[in-house]
Amino acid sequence: MAEASYPEKLHYHAEHDWALLDGDVATFGITWFAQDALGEVVFFDPPEVGSTVTANEFYAEVESVKAVSDVIAPLSGEIVEVNTALADAPEAINEEPYDGGWMVKVKLSDPAEVDSLLDRETYVSGL
Amino acid sequence: MSGYTAVTEHDLEPMLAAIGVDSIEQLFDGIPAGVRLSGEIDLPPGEPEQDVYAELHRLAQRNVCTEDETTFLGAGMYDHYVPAIVDMLMSRSEFLTPYTPYQPEVSQGGLQVMFEYQTAISELTGLPVSNASLYEGPSAVGAAAYLAKLSNKRPRVLVSRGVHPDSRETLRTLAVGYGTTVQEIALDDAVTDLNALSDALSDDVSAVILQQPNFLGAIEDVAALSAAAHEHGALAICAADPLTLGVIEAPGRQGADVCVGEGQTLGNRLDFGGPSFGFFAATEQHLRSMPGRIAGETIDADGRRGFVLTLQTREQHIRREKATSNICTSQALNALAGVVYLSWLGREGIVEIGELMLQRTHYARETLAAIEGVSKLHDRPVVREFALRLDVGGPDGVSRVVERCAAAQINAGFALARAYDEYGDGLLVAITEQRSRQDIDRFASVLAEAVAAERARAAAGAAA
Amino acid sequence: MSILDGGATAQQRERATTLYEKGAPGRRAYVAPQLDVPHVDDLIPQGMRRAEPPRLPEASEPEIVRHFVNLSKRNFDLDSGFYPLGSCTMKHNPRLHERVAALPGHARLHPLQDPKRAQGALELMFELQGALGEIAGLPHVSLQPSAGSHGELAGVLLTRAFHEDRGEQRTKVLTPDSAHGTNPATVTMAGYEVVKVKLDADGGVDVEDLRAKADRDTACLMLTNPSTLGIFDPNIEEIAEIVHGVGATLYYDGANLNAIMGYSRPGDMGFDIVHFNLHKTFTQPHGGGGPGAGPIAVSERIEPYLPRPQVVCSAPANGGPPAFDLDYDRPKSIGKLRGFQGNYGVFVRTYAYIRSLGAEGLKDVSEVAVLNANYLLARLRDEVGDLLPLAFGERCMHEFVLSGAPMKKALGIRTLDLAKRLLDHGMHPPTVYFPLVVEEALLIEPTETETRETLDAFVDAIASIVREAADDPEIARDAPYSTPVRRLDEAGAAKRPRVRQSL
Repeated sequence: MAEASYPEKLHYHAEHDWALLDGDVATFGITWFAQDALGEVVFFDPPEVGSTVTANEFYAEVESVKAVSDVIAPLSGEIVEVNTALADAPEAINEEPYDGGWMVKVKLSDPAEVDSLLDRETYVSGL
Repeated sequence: MSGYTAVTEHDLEPMLAAIGVDSIEQLFDGIPAGVRLSGEIDLPPGEPEQDVYAELHRLAQRNVCTEDETTFLGAGMYDHYVPAIVDMLMSRSEFLTPYTPYQPEVSQGGLQVMFEYQTAISELTGLPVSNASLYEGPSAVGAAAYLAKLSNKRPRVLVSRGVHPDSRETLRTLAVGYGTTVQEIALDDAVTDLNALSDALSDDVSAVILQQPNFLGAIEDVAALSAAAHEHGALAICAADPLTLGVIEAPGRQGADVCVGEGQTLGNRLDFGGPSFGFFAATEQHLRSMPGRIAGETIDADGRRGFVLTLQTREQHIRREKATSNICTSQALNALAGVVYLSWLGREGIVEIGELMLQRTHYARETLAAIEGVSKLHDRPVVREFALRLDVGGPDGVSRVVERCAAAQINAGFALARAYDEYGDGLLVAITEQRSRQDIDRFASVLAEAVAAERARAAAGAAA
Repeated sequence: MSILDGGATAQQRERATTLYEKGAPGRRAYVAPQLDVPHVDDLIPQGMRRAEPPRLPEASEPEIVRHFVNLSKRNFDLDSGFYPLGSCTMKHNPRLHERVAALPGHARLHPLQDPKRAQGALELMFELQGALGEIAGLPHVSLQPSAGSHGELAGVLLTRAFHEDRGEQRTKVLTPDSAHGTNPATVTMAGYEVVKVKLDADGGVDVEDLRAKADRDTACLMLTNPSTLGIFDPNIEEIAEIVHGVGATLYYDGANLNAIMGYSRPGDMGFDIVHFNLHKTFTQPHGGGGPGAGPIAVSERIEPYLPRPQVVCSAPANGGPPAFDLDYDRPKSIGKLRGFQGNYGVFVRTYAYIRSLGAEGLKDVSEVAVLNANYLLARLRDEVGDLLPLAFGERCMHEFVLSGAPMKKALGIRTLDLAKRLLDHGMHPPTVYFPLVVEEALLIEPTETETRETLDAFVDAIASIVREAADDPEIARDAPYSTPVRRLDEAGAAKRPRVRQSL
């Protein structure tokens, strides 16, 4: 994705991750800033369905040619789905960080955690 | 100023002026007085090239090398013939002097050599992915056990007593670091005891490590041993002598998940133990946890075929504390020798050299075991090395026999007591394509004399 | 048509083909010796016989030679041109060393030869141990480790053995942010946790941060001095005191030894364990990525744990010449890090170098290395100092780090682009993007074997690239143009790895 963009509807974590809420299930991914800093993504190794993620802790790694980055969970819960398309096309993380580049879907264990995430304006102002 | 630096008075003044100091010493002002060397390094003065050559020559003369005796000494490194093209190519500036290929546009030579080397190792081992080399054999075994640990996180590793003693000891030393316990599996009639292995296996075992052929020269049943490992979810790691893989089945086709080994037999000199190279090949699933450099094929901006170091995120310079290994410098030049050698042997040659060793080894074992006082320590199928028993009263007797042979310019081999208490009367004999029938016959005659003399001596001593 | 207009070089027009794609069935270079013993069938049981031979190339000797010689010409190398890779010490490789290493008495000596019949090799190793100990300022040396990072692993394992022998279970190893990647990687392999120590504003270790982090759980501090920034840490004595004060060991990464020989010794700075990079400081050719060697020198208290075997010397009872031997009887040794005694071929070359140079020559090496680096720094500062400023301090030792951040901002080209355009000038670029603490880093180490003219030519090349970029940044961004291949798709190689020829 050529132009920086940060959709209004998402919740943001200071470590450059986003969460999209749908009831008590949230989708996670990394922001435009993160994919831009990483360069072209070459590998994403997702965690297993059924494993737990904890807010503010890393749950996966994303690799470009010259760097490896920890992916931080914005919220806690159990992984119910992973984006298997990224195995063959990890560049979706660069091209559509908020759509085709989604990483995992998590059933939240503590929906109230959302309150400590940042809104679009606050996150962007911190960049 | 030496022959290697070029700063004369004529250069020094303008350089100091450009920097803005009055003397070279000023450039070292940042070193605190408390850690300054007072005086000189305590070493003699430098010498002209011809004197250094003379000294190195004098030291060389004090060594009995394989040109000075007919050697049957193996035990991990072997006196193979290295063709002249290897020397010639290794000494080319373009291969000898560059650094690791971090700027691929000007390193296509070295990167393609790595790619061809990786292909050759993959072919030999029967495994799809290979790296571009590790230091040597025993540390490659240690690296394989580390990969197993990263893969299944289990705390224990089983290693056959048939694996080279240096590999077993290196494994123990490195395992202290990554927290794996090492348990040895005994041999039964010179090969890994499958029952003992099955008894020792459980779901806390990360890997089973074998050697093919094993240290006593015997061919192991890699298929059965790997299957046993897999039944318990452990990795099967096989250390192999690459030059035997023209006639012995590839470990990768017999269930090995990882195949490593000492590459010296492929176009590298003995060099009193190094430098040589270690090879490391594995199944596809382990590609991203493999240690070492890996060259990969790609295309350039204009669509040309080219090669780069790839999957670098495994490595220390990027992943740092989470790297799959700390290796930086490996053994690129020695791996070049390896791939040139394998290219020189070719598809037919690798089989022929294996056949030649196989036949001569058989002949040597039969001939030597026929000597009075000499018997086979085991009768397992062998390819290039075998173990004998000398009935000369134990390790001291064996040493003396070896000494007597040495006086006749024959290196009789490796006294097994040096590494195995249980084979105190053992002698490990190695055959290469350089040991002709004539050499073997002469060895037999010298050995016969030496053994007879030693037995007579022992008898005289007993009688006294 | 010029190269910049898209005309390809001769090498670019040749498609890269592997030896597997050349040759033809039945061609060969190897002529096997005749079978001179009776042929016996079935020596290998069916299930263990190789079913399908490995698919190695099939080519004659001339084809093989032409293939590899042409490949070699697609390589830039140190004999051919300037190679200022920071942290690598790309100094000239004297050819005497190749000649002596090839002497059969050295090259064709079996590692398990009876020590009585390998006295030349053992004498050489013993003398080399002594010389390296002298240079390090530490009394005991092991030549066994095969590379710098192997030496680092040895050092951390020695540290572990040292602490455990005292009944202590420490868990952490400290390293500065500027450390070479092998340092933290080694720490993990040795089973410790990495704790990073901050740098102060001058690029040295932040002493207060060290004081706060060093405790009785600290096993070791790993440092290099001068650091990867090319700066000698003025607080080294205090650092040593703090580390020893909590009972930890102090480890010296010898990558930058080229800067201080004859002026300071790591042992005198307080280091307990030092590793040397024989392929850096001591001219072992880099070989495109090895072989090297990483021997270690240690203090008295670490000696018992050294790997086995050690090369020892004894004066024989009857007053003859000293006898050398390999000592395996070392009950507290950490064991072995590899087979046999180490990369002896590398020791031969190093020994020849040390004898050629002597004490004065080694000091000259460091003096000229530091002189050349400072001269290069001064000239670059004059020409392009505003766009490529020195990251830390005013002067440097044997290497220095520039930041390409101002250049990126002003001209729109990055350190990477500058490096790629340098290739068109027939020079190897410096190290890029290391150390990580400097943005758009350019780490430059000319070494002592380069002439002033070469350094001036490098400055001219950099200046010309910068001028060209001010005019048209696209040129550098798409460079190089004249090399055997142009910029390569590294992302593609990592996404879909093809690591062997498919057959």
